[in-house]
Amino acid sequence: MSTPLLEAVAVSKHFSVGGGLFSRRRVLQAVNNVSLRVMRGETLGLVGESGCGKSTLGRCLVRLQTVSDGNIIFDNVDITKLSLGALRKLRPRMQMVFQDPYASLNPRRRIGDLIAEPLRVHPLADGSMRDPRLVNAQLEILITMVGLKPEHLARYPHEFSGGQRQRIGIARALALDPDLVVADEPVSALDVSVQAQVINLMMDLQERLGLTYVFIAHDLAVVRQIATRTAVMYLGEIVEVGPTEEVFRAPAHPYTAALLAAVPKISTAPARAVVAGEVPSPLDPPSGCRFHPRCPRAQARCREKAPQLYPFAAPRQVACYVPL
Amino acid sequence: MAEAPILEIRNLSIDFRTRQGIARAVNQLSFSVNHREIIGLVGESGSGKTISMLASVGLISDPNVVVSGSIRYKGNELIGLSNRALQKIRGPEIAMIFQDPMTAMTPVYTIGWQITEQIRAHEKVSARAAKARAVELLGTMGVPSPREQFNRYPHQLSGGLRQRAMIAMALSCSPSLLIADEPTTALDVTVQAQILTLLRDLRDNFGSTIILITHDMGVVAGIADTVMVMYAGRLAERGPTQEIFAHPAHPYTQGLLSSIPPMEGKRLRRLTSIPGTPPNPAAMPEGCAFAPRCPYRFAPCGKVPPLFALPAQDSACFLAAGKAA
Repeated sequence: MSTPLLEAVAVSKHFSVGGGLFSRRRVLQAVNNVSLRVMRGETLGLVGESGCGKSTLGRCLVRLQTVSDGNIIFDNVDITKLSLGALRKLRPRMQMVFQDPYASLNPRRRIGDLIAEPLRVHPLADGSMRDPRLVNAQLEILITMVGLKPEHLARYPHEFSGGQRQRIGIARALALDPDLVVADEPVSALDVSVQAQVINLMMDLQERLGLTYVFIAHDLAVVRQIATRTAVMYLGEIVEVGPTEEVFRAPAHPYTAALLAAVPKISTAPARAVVAGEVPSPLDPPSGCRFHPRCPRAQARCREKAPQLYPFAAPRQVACYVPL
Repeated sequence: MAEAPILEIRNLSIDFRTRQGIARAVNQLSFSVNHREIIGLVGESGSGKTISMLASVGLISDPNVVVSGSIRYKGNELIGLSNRALQKIRGPEIAMIFQDPMTAMTPVYTIGWQITEQIRAHEKVSARAAKARAVELLGTMGVPSPREQFNRYPHQLSGGLRQRAMIAMALSCSPSLLIADEPTTALDVTVQAQILTLLRDLRDNFGSTIILITHDMGVVAGIADTVMVMYAGRLAERGPTQEIFAHPAHPYTQGLLSSIPPMEGKRLRRLTSIPGTPPNPAAMPEGCAFAPRCPYRFAPCGKVPPLFALPAQDSACFLAAGKAA
């Protein structure tokens, strides 16, 4: 638990948008100077509202997207500098699970082929996956591991429900026995009753296989359930990070507090709209602290200079001049 | 209780003719809505919640869909009404807002144009008066600088503002009944809280009656007076919100509530989940549709359970039969 498996150092990702006939090109800062560590065996929850850059950051972490600036270190190797060939050797160890179980499985291929594809693309060093019988045995292990049956391997994606498809997506991500799984909103397309099954499955698999997760979600209740530590993002920056239970029990950043207060709870009073307005466009972020135009505690200096993450009741970190 | 209900639905069934045969999406649904009531209609995808409300405003035109039963609005039967007659009801009487404002508004006209068009389609007012009303409505809905926003196109607004503009459009002819279909599902949680507050104010300040369709139990908890839980096209349970959340009687409601990860208290080692998946409407199980997933399944479940009246709520489960009043 004590060594980071993955570390992001001052990572930024900028996109250049526009530049059509009538508009000039503009820079969209999707991720801005983000540093974080993911410890071996833990689940880091990455939460924030749409457009906060959490998915972009997730994709950068496994280099599905190249960073504009900064470094990403996976198991002591800087993957931002790696050649594609060397990166390919590392790929089996970091996998991704996607949000939409309907879009991420090729409808024309059988489940067995879909799960076996990573095994074909990344043959194991011992050559064992060249033997079709061994491949089939491996597929049966994988499909039962995610709670489906070996006879399902011969079927097509359309024959499965959303929850079952997400199980297939997880089986495919686990085919190469990865160390790290980045899951981008893996349960948000699922109905609640099915969502609980998939969360339980992911927690069981983590315990059995010693996986490390980066779990990206906008649903705070889901993150509270699964994440060891939680990082809260706002407009491309991390505003608070710390042990999940502490962040949820006593949020330090006003944005975290507003986010938590806005979640409808089934036991108590109605959800409260604590902050007015909406997330500003990342094309034109506010000066200073990016949350200051919506923040009930904003002061003059919040407008001028952006606060940096600093230790607040360690191991928690918060980027705010006036934490709660 | 002297006042008659604003909407009364009796034995509503909706059948889809499909290649696999008849699929019954809604099965013998009956309920009524009182004036000034906020009803939360909850269920997972495919439970029939949206389609039954679309039927209520006559928005099902597919010839392969058969609607039967009775839908009475202020005492008048809506099923079988001509499109022309329905047009008089939609807007000034019943209005609907949808999950995705981007698909519910036309992208080629400004939001102001779309709101004034609706006003002038139903009332004889001048363009100037309609515009004044539209600007005022946008302001009431919490749209900042409504005069400027009036001239903007839907794509120029953020998701939350678009949803506010659509609510303004729905309310432009002061309907008595507002049906909101997942109005906050596409929105961020901080904006969702703003829209829910807005809906609550509508009832408190303008006396609107609201049917809120959602899959999110948390959303109804804070706003609805009455909760109705649908499963596989039927009503599973209904009752006062407090009661349903404190003492859910139907095993499906219980399962749904315990599937939600808690936001307070100790974290659970495992979430309670409902095994299996909702049934396919083209191949409904015999008897109680929830029985195959139900931990309390017993002999009577081979038959379809009626809605049993418990002291505080109604539950379509044979477990409630013994306790029924």
